[in-house]
Amino acid sequence: MRLEPIAAPSVGRRVLPPALAIGATFVVAALLAMIAGGNPFAVFGLILKGAFGSKFAILETLNSATPLIFTGLAIAVAFRAKLWNIGAEAQLYAGAVITVVLGTGALSLPAPLMLALCGLAAMLVGALILLGPALLKTRLGVDEVVTTLLLNFIFLLFVSYLLEGPLKDPMGMGWPKSARLIPEARLPRIVEGLRLHWGFALALIAAVAVWVINTRTTLGYEMRAVGQNAEAAAFAGIPVTRVILKTALLSGGLAGLAGFSEVSGLKGSLTLDLSPGFGYTGIVVAMLALLHPLGVVVAALFVAAIFVGADSMSRAAGVPSYLADIMLASALLFMVLAILLTKFRVRRD
Amino acid sequence: MTDTEKAQVVLRLDGITKRFGPVTANEDVSFALNRGEVIALLGENGAGKTTLMNILFGQYTADEGSVELFSQPLPAGNPRAALDAGVGMVHQHFTLAGNLTVWENIVLGVDALSAASLRPANAKARIRQLSERFHLKVDPDAKVGRLTVGERQRVEILKALYRNAKILILDEPTAVLTPQEADALFATLREAIASGLSVIFISHKLHEVMAISDRVLVLRHGRLVAERATQDTNGEELAALMVGAEVSAPSIAPASPGAPLLSMRDVTTPGAGSAPGLARVSLDLRAGQITGLAGVSGNGQAALSDLISGLISPSSGTLELHGASPQGWSPRSAIANGVARIPEDRHKTGTIADFDLTENAILETYATRFSKRGWLDWVGARAFAQKLIEGYDIRCPGPDIRIRLLSGGNMQKLILGRVLEGAPDIILANQPVRGLDIGAVNYVHEQLAKARDRGAAVLLISEDLDEIMRLSDVIHVISEGRLSPEFARGTMRPEDLGRWMAGEGFEKGMTDAA
Amino acid sequence: MDLIDILLSASFWAAAIRIASPLIFATIGELICERAGVLNLGIEGIMVAGAFAGWIAVWGGLPLWGGVAVALLTGMMLGLVHSVFSVPFGLSQHVVGVGLTLLATSLTFYTYRVVLPEVSSPPKITAFQPYEIPLLSDLPLVGPALFSQTPLTYAAFILAGLTALVLYRTPLGLAVRAAGENPQAVAAQGLSVTAIRMGAVVVGSGFMAIGGAFLTLSAFDSFFFDMVNGRGWICIALVVFGAWKPGKAVLGAILFAAFDALQIRLQQTGIGAVVPYQVFLMMPYILSILALVVMSRRAEIPAALMVPFNKGER
Repeated sequence: MRLEPIAAPSVGRRVLPPALAIGATFVVAALLAMIAGGNPFAVFGLILKGAFGSKFAILETLNSATPLIFTGLAIAVAFRAKLWNIGAEAQLYAGAVITVVLGTGALSLPAPLMLALCGLAAMLVGALILLGPALLKTRLGVDEVVTTLLLNFIFLLFVSYLLEGPLKDPMGMGWPKSARLIPEARLPRIVEGLRLHWGFALALIAAVAVWVINTRTTLGYEMRAVGQNAEAAAFAGIPVTRVILKTALLSGGLAGLAGFSEVSGLKGSLTLDLSPGFGYTGIVVAMLALLHPLGVVVAALFVAAIFVGADSMSRAAGVPSYLADIMLASALLFMVLAILLTKFRVRRD
Repeated sequence: MTDTEKAQVVLRLDGITKRFGPVTANEDVSFALNRGEVIALLGENGAGKTTLMNILFGQYTADEGSVELFSQPLPAGNPRAALDAGVGMVHQHFTLAGNLTVWENIVLGVDALSAASLRPANAKARIRQLSERFHLKVDPDAKVGRLTVGERQRVEILKALYRNAKILILDEPTAVLTPQEADALFATLREAIASGLSVIFISHKLHEVMAISDRVLVLRHGRLVAERATQDTNGEELAALMVGAEVSAPSIAPASPGAPLLSMRDVTTPGAGSAPGLARVSLDLRAGQITGLAGVSGNGQAALSDLISGLISPSSGTLELHGASPQGWSPRSAIANGVARIPEDRHKTGTIADFDLTENAILETYATRFSKRGWLDWVGARAFAQKLIEGYDIRCPGPDIRIRLLSGGNMQKLILGRVLEGAPDIILANQPVRGLDIGAVNYVHEQLAKARDRGAAVLLISEDLDEIMRLSDVIHVISEGRLSPEFARGTMRPEDLGRWMAGEGFEKGMTDAA
Repeated sequence: MDLIDILLSASFWAAAIRIASPLIFATIGELICERAGVLNLGIEGIMVAGAFAGWIAVWGGLPLWGGVAVALLTGMMLGLVHSVFSVPFGLSQHVVGVGLTLLATSLTFYTYRVVLPEVSSPPKITAFQPYEIPLLSDLPLVGPALFSQTPLTYAAFILAGLTALVLYRTPLGLAVRAAGENPQAVAAQGLSVTAIRMGAVVVGSGFMAIGGAFLTLSAFDSFFFDMVNGRGWICIALVVFGAWKPGKAVLGAILFAAFDALQIRLQQTGIGAVVPYQVFLMMPYILSILALVVMSRRAEIPAALMVPFNKGER
């Protein structure tokens, strides 16, 4: 078989394969649900109800989408420049750690300043975490996929050490858990009484900002050029190495913000289970969004809905909630194939 | 050999037609190849030569028509069938694995994949025997990556002979050889032909076609437009048949050279991979003059081009532009110093395939002309792209078209427009017409001549000696990173340049210059 | 106990060989894929799936070698998924690999919950027992270290040797190496690059899965969720460290395992009282990064690694 580029894809060509990818994902999930003894329609119904069935459920979905928007943006930015950042998990925890370091009483500042400081510091340390692998890539040609993956393990062990040592909450009854943030370091709720914090708004702002950077600025142009064809970019005089490093800083910074938002907006303290893999799920989010920053918001909501919905479905229907993870992984694989099929025709020959 | 044996048909193509969507690559092509015969397949790029060979090799299936090998029908779409029947092909881009040895490359695919052992001793002995008989000297244990281009071609031919090929297809085999190496290749071929081999020789170099073939078939736009016995035709007729009209190349008036705008003194650069760097090269590019650089590919052209493009810096020696050494040599400072760069590979280095025309048009100038404090001026950029489309006759639906969808000629016009728009006074043109149709070739050559006439210094790098001799006011030859003295237009015959290309006059030339 | 004592003890080296065994299986598997030109980042998930599949098969009543076979088949099936996406369609090997790891891991956990919905701790099986090779196991130091291992460890070394033999001595191996160096060369001989690469990924993935199964069938006797714990990523680094050569990769795995065995022992010494245990646990990952950095300049990377092959394209 042979792949033949399509000169001008029709609307159907561009819409049908992604739609089929989503469809195929649900077929896979339905089959697995049946194997586990569930009625697929009931299972999907319960997922939908769990995600959007009540005001509480909707807010829960929005809260769950928040870190995914940040990590999804982090990955979308990096992947667009062909910087394969699989280390958003470590960058997220780095942002969380610095928020706890600054926000548990070491500093005493008014709330707006405190939050700005914590947020900026989270971006900075997240960026620094990715800078190492980016430098190894640009200087020595070390594949960043493996280094960022390995750094996830290293950094999680480091967090574990911090939570049992320097950052351990003296009042924590021996649990590996940090002290609680002081009120000035907490992101307030958007509407009093509703469990939705300003981190969600911040995530939306970040998505718009990345979109503007991509389409309107020279940096966005450079990042896209380097990602599409680094050789041509270098020939034209675009400083490829510097662009990759800038991309790494932006990407790591966005993932760092996820950690800040989770600790400051939702949890109030740091534990080892702060992220159930938001860094990895961000890859799925970014790919489902076709790496488009505004698409990331939609994809993050979709993914969060499946997670939140699957949790409550699992309790009601007895089908393991890992069904959600399977759906996302298959959606990722089907979607990359679908994107290919929007641009290429498969020919026998 | 008796006449009946000689007339024995070994390969017959009958009514081959192949379409790719709306494009017809081959239309009703029929011919027969006799035993011990050399057929030249002549045609421009895109005339359908490669498609035809790919059909023979089962890479494509013909829509209509059939192929017969040694009086047996050839099953369509099976790459093994032609090989097993005794057809060997030397591709234009060698199909060798650099990290493997010569013998490993040669035996690849000979034994069934289920066979238990490669039997290296047998294989090497046989290779030595063949290389002796056909004067194809090469060490079976050498890594292919370390061989010269000429040696790699020998490996490719050995590969075919090792398989007892009875028909050998050579696709543009001399593109990478010096005239002298090409002569050696022809000698080898004649020996092989004498022992019964039949050859299809694909080329667009007329003098070679005249020298080696018995019969010439001319392909144009996928159709077989003419067949001539070589002895009954001549170069002029073949050229006319190939392009379908009398060739009207732009006439180049004599130049009035001025001061050197770019000067190198004793410049040495590191090599890249198997290609050499520059070795103590001194070169002046003068205003109002086209300097041609002749040479076999892979002899330091890439290093010279990278140097002038700003991608690399001299490791020793000096580079001066407009009489001053540039600070911090890079692509950006090259552009800032008025160097226009037309890269060798317009797909890989010249353009970004999935960017639209506007985005490609501003690739070199986005930061200086279309940016305000980090914000891009898309309105200005689009207007600039529109200007290039009109000024350089780029045929396209508009500035939003993805560059991938343009033809090679239009892509090259965009690059020309992009680099010539600021009226640069130094122009590097590295293989500027490779793979273009004759109309686009003439357009590019006219633009280069025009730039020269307004006082620009032009460096034309090409592997096509005809192009170099036609356009250049002065010629240098490059071989293994060394540069020959400057030869004025009309003072050298192709054979003379060929000897320099083979590295011959250099020691003498060096002492003469000293 | 000080360092010298540790390094001279047979039990230390026996542990190193034991720790190296799953790494050898998976590294050889990855090496086969990469030699054919495909980076298989599904390795982590494939090991998780292999660990589970082998164990659940034995728990369900199959003999131990039956469990190994089930793991092999599981890995091959996942490899098939990877290769369909990465070879004929030529999709990003990074994205496909990470996607496959997510898929294989979540499928495994899902299946675990479906098969064992009620258990709080996973059931145990009777794992492979050490087999003392007559005569050889009586040798001092070497005997207990090398020749008193489980059959699956011996299998790992045999597999590595066979792989080297096939890669360097047979037409098939030559075709695999050529596919990773210059697929055009393979296609020009009428061989199918697609078939060779897919085959390599399928077989290599099978070996990775056996690496996972080693954990449940030989090293331990049960299945835990975080059992593989990044070993797959470490094997990716080991392939680079071994310069894509089976022999060097095995040596790398042993060296690496020796460091791992050492850190476990050092934790129980005076150093362990001062240095937090997390530092010891970090060592394998840090070593992997260092290995990548050290080898980055020298490694003879297959020229067509991660370059998809599309017929008729140059």
